[in-house]
Amino acid sequence: MKPKFAMYWAASCGGCEIAVLNTHEKILDVDANFDVVFWPVAMDAKYHDVEAMEDGSILLTLFNGGIRNDENEHIAKLLRQKSKILVAFGSCACEGCIPGLANLSPVGDIVHTAFNTLTTDNPNEIYPRTSYDVPEGELHIPTLSRMVRPLEQVVDVDYFMPGCPPESHQIAAVIDLVIKVVKGEAELPPKGSVIGAGDSTVCDECPRARNVKFIKEFKRIQDVAPVDPALCLLEQGIPCNGPATRSGCNARCPQAGAQCIGCYGPAEGVMDYGARLITAFSSVIDANTPEEIDHILDGIPDPTGQVYRFNLAGSLLKANKEAWKVER
Amino acid sequence: MTDQFEPTIIGFTCNWCSYRASDLAGTARMKYAPNVRLIRLMCSGRLDPTFVLRALSDGADGVMITGCHPGECHYIEQNYKALRRYLLLKRVLAGMGIEPERVKLVWASAAEGAKFAAETTAFVEEVRKLGPLSWGKDESQDKHSSFIIQPSSEKEVPA
Repeated sequence: MKPKFAMYWAASCGGCEIAVLNTHEKILDVDANFDVVFWPVAMDAKYHDVEAMEDGSILLTLFNGGIRNDENEHIAKLLRQKSKILVAFGSCACEGCIPGLANLSPVGDIVHTAFNTLTTDNPNEIYPRTSYDVPEGELHIPTLSRMVRPLEQVVDVDYFMPGCPPESHQIAAVIDLVIKVVKGEAELPPKGSVIGAGDSTVCDECPRARNVKFIKEFKRIQDVAPVDPALCLLEQGIPCNGPATRSGCNARCPQAGAQCIGCYGPAEGVMDYGARLITAFSSVIDANTPEEIDHILDGIPDPTGQVYRFNLAGSLLKANKEAWKVER
Repeated sequence: MTDQFEPTIIGFTCNWCSYRASDLAGTARMKYAPNVRLIRLMCSGRLDPTFVLRALSDGADGVMITGCHPGECHYIEQNYKALRRYLLLKRVLAGMGIEPERVKLVWASAAEGAKFAAETTAFVEEVRKLGPLSWGKDESQDKHSSFIIQPSSEKEVPA
């Protein structure tokens, strides 16, 4: 009997699933070596089918997406119970990713913005309810939690696979490894490891030339013309998140002419991603007086979003002060 | 005993100047607010913003960073690095809804025990006014039950 495989999406965009399919013919190896028992985006399965499984009967579960509502939380706990190996797959599950930026606002504001702002005509102020009575019975929709949480803040996680989405060649390598483990040809890395990524920084993989240079202003990349194709972007005054970000993507964005935005999460040994980036940005500022430094910093219009674009929910502070409060 | 709020302050001091300033304040028996817990670093340039975030997320109400006066750093210019980090950190904290006044940078030389004492007391009073930070203290409340959307006015969905 083939070992069982599951994949789930919680608060995510679906890009992780596409990245898995982007492994091309490697996906056939998954089918040849695993019995896919649960993968809502690719096949029909019901939650009660999973509930009926024996504990620990799924060998490998790739869980992508953060925990945004009670449905996400329920499935996270359920899959933890049913899986031998639970992988936080992709940036959302590892550190909250873009959905985690919702932690900058109280959840009530988020609902209000979505359902009743200038772009949404809602004169009768109709809001979604979590339960509603119909003749057939009571209907439920999932309830939003106060904050987006990475998977690790809800259940015990065996491995972390960063990236938004994880690079397909890295996914293929991890699939190969797990197949080897199943066949007894290889051993699993220690629990808690980051898999499918490097242990250095994006800068380490970046081919752009780095000199010890200082900058007099920060600029958005679209305001720099032309961008030097061979010189470090940070040295050109473009806030590039490479110095704090884990390697593993072959510096894909800087190679393509765009700044690193940090989707591979904190580099090895970094406790707080934003703090490391604050240090990195500060080190290139060529000014010694508070006035001049502040003037240069004005070039970063959204400092919090810049340094915590992918990592807010997984950072030390996790959320805005207002978002922590339970309202009403 | 009064029941006024006593803020918890973490102070990062430089080995060469401000830590000695605090020593001087002590040996001279100057009085200053007892709320600050000092941690000695070799230089204010050693201050990783992580230390500040860790302190705030673990229960500190304010963080004081002290170093040598500009131009007087024992390691030539590391206190300028501290200054740049501090200014960017304050902007990031503001985005997290934390009053930037909860983090303060003070220059104090080894001879300025009185200044150290006065600045500490002034900072404690400032944070006292801001009130407790209590970062993430409500977390336990909704560990088990999720937040429920309750719109300001609930109206029937038209059939």
